[in-house]
Amino acid sequence: MVRDMKLGDILKEYPFTEEFFEQNRLDIKGYENIKFDEFLSSLTDQELEDNAIDIVKLPEELDSYIEQMMEFLGIEKSSAVKSLTILPGHDKSGTPESFERFDILPSHIVSIVGPTGSGKSRLLADIEWAAQNDTPTGRSILINDDRPDPKWRYSSNNKLVAQLSQNMNFVMDLSVGDFVEMHAASRMVENVPEVKKKILEEANRLAGESFLETTPVTGLSGGQSRALMIADTAILSSSPIVLIDEIENAGIDRRKALELLVSQDKIVLMATHDPLLALMADRRIVIKNGGIHKIIETSAQEKQLLAKLDTLDEVMQSARRKLRAGDLLDISDGDI
Amino acid sequence: MNLTIFSGPPSSGKTSVILKTIDSFKRRGLKVGVVKFDCLYTDDDIMYEKAGIPVRKGLSGGLCPDHFFASNIEGVVKWGVKEELDLLISESAGLCNRCSPYLQDVKGVCVIDNLSGINTPKKIGPMLKSADVVVITKGDIVSQAEREVFAARVNAVNPKAAVMHVNGLSGQGAYELSTLLYDEKMMINSVQGMKLRFPMPSAMCSYCLGETRIGESYQLGNTKKMLWEE
Repeated sequence: MVRDMKLGDILKEYPFTEEFFEQNRLDIKGYENIKFDEFLSSLTDQELEDNAIDIVKLPEELDSYIEQMMEFLGIEKSSAVKSLTILPGHDKSGTPESFERFDILPSHIVSIVGPTGSGKSRLLADIEWAAQNDTPTGRSILINDDRPDPKWRYSSNNKLVAQLSQNMNFVMDLSVGDFVEMHAASRMVENVPEVKKKILEEANRLAGESFLETTPVTGLSGGQSRALMIADTAILSSSPIVLIDEIENAGIDRRKALELLVSQDKIVLMATHDPLLALMADRRIVIKNGGIHKIIETSAQEKQLLAKLDTLDEVMQSARRKLRAGDLLDISDGDI
Repeated sequence: MNLTIFSGPPSSGKTSVILKTIDSFKRRGLKVGVVKFDCLYTDDDIMYEKAGIPVRKGLSGGLCPDHFFASNIEGVVKWGVKEELDLLISESAGLCNRCSPYLQDVKGVCVIDNLSGINTPKKIGPMLKSADVVVITKGDIVSQAEREVFAARVNAVNPKAAVMHVNGLSGQGAYELSTLLYDEKMMINSVQGMKLRFPMPSAMCSYCLGETRIGESYQLGNTKKMLWEE
């Protein structure tokens, strides 16, 4: 039992508890040879009051924290999400959705189309919450063909969905390297330098302009930020499902970005009206009046069209590259 | 009647989250009312009124807002009972990050936002640490990495709480939050005799009583000095 262990032994056995003591502002340095409750009762009344410490609850909280973290590490290693299934509900008027079931496997890309306010957020929320016919749409979500574990709903470490939305920013003022390290630490990743290197490499592959480990995240361009966010989410995020809300075209190779996410066995859902992205998906969900109106498989013809659109896109991209390099453009730069 | 106490730093998104959550209660036919506590000024009551929600506000003015809360919560509950509410929500801003207005046996929800920076969980005391539900807002404008780090740090200070992300603009997550706030079996008609989850900081010094002059001889009562090296 943790309560019978000395603080030093707790730290050795469960290194992640350092974060618990740190965040709770408990300075246990020098007290490695006593137990947690002994440490707490050594604090003066003044210290307890000044730091708002609840000595009765803290030991229980340490127990819960250790339990959660152990479970979290266990999940990381064993059971992954092998499939996500959406079972039909109904739209805003109560009309049942017409599909039977919709299965998505890791490395599948599904796009979601429909006007603003049609119910895209609701669909995402159903997935995030692992709905069990208990949300306004009446949909149910299965994970690995089974009712999802309640942990997906309430635990902060086990969120099903990671989101990349359009207006995301870095609000912290750290270098790229420190930033990735901090994220890695919160995920209790073992080989931090290697992970950091990989994220930086991938991010630079996606970004038009390269950046360094020492670049401050707040100094990155829009494209670079997005590239770092995508690489970081692909490699470090604990969530098996990634939802993307439009990737802007500027300064990032979107095809490579999707390939990267898929290569990390993520399930990718993408709300977009950009034909280049929507057609890259294997299937697309059409949302209408709050319900899933149709599920369309990307046809062979659409895939051919995608190749054409890619060529068009390449024209734009290469003109952009030339501009950035300070070159002159000529009329043939518009040739397809 | 059900009672829920919302708290959280100023501008963290409490009102938006509550408004979106009440939307889902309305659809279920439940009557919800709000009492908003603030210090000097609030116009949030107008937003609730516009949404057709019964609302009262309490401004603490020259008093510590959380102490003001503690001496008024019974009146708030009486009002809710009179209005025949199914759910009464009390909303107050945690102004010094040290107090928490939660009562034992009454659901406490803390709303904090991703934009406040990842050291925030460490800075906020019992208001965050003793909440049953922690709602994290503004997740749509920070990177996924920051969201994850922020949530992990919330979890470190309050491992027992349910941690949820709610978008106060789109309402994503608000329905889900509503399922945690209402319990048919819960019946509160008075909070007389209930206890705060955590004592408020003791402050009873000459400045509490209106002293304005600075200087050693004017400092009476419970005062405290910073430590300076010789």
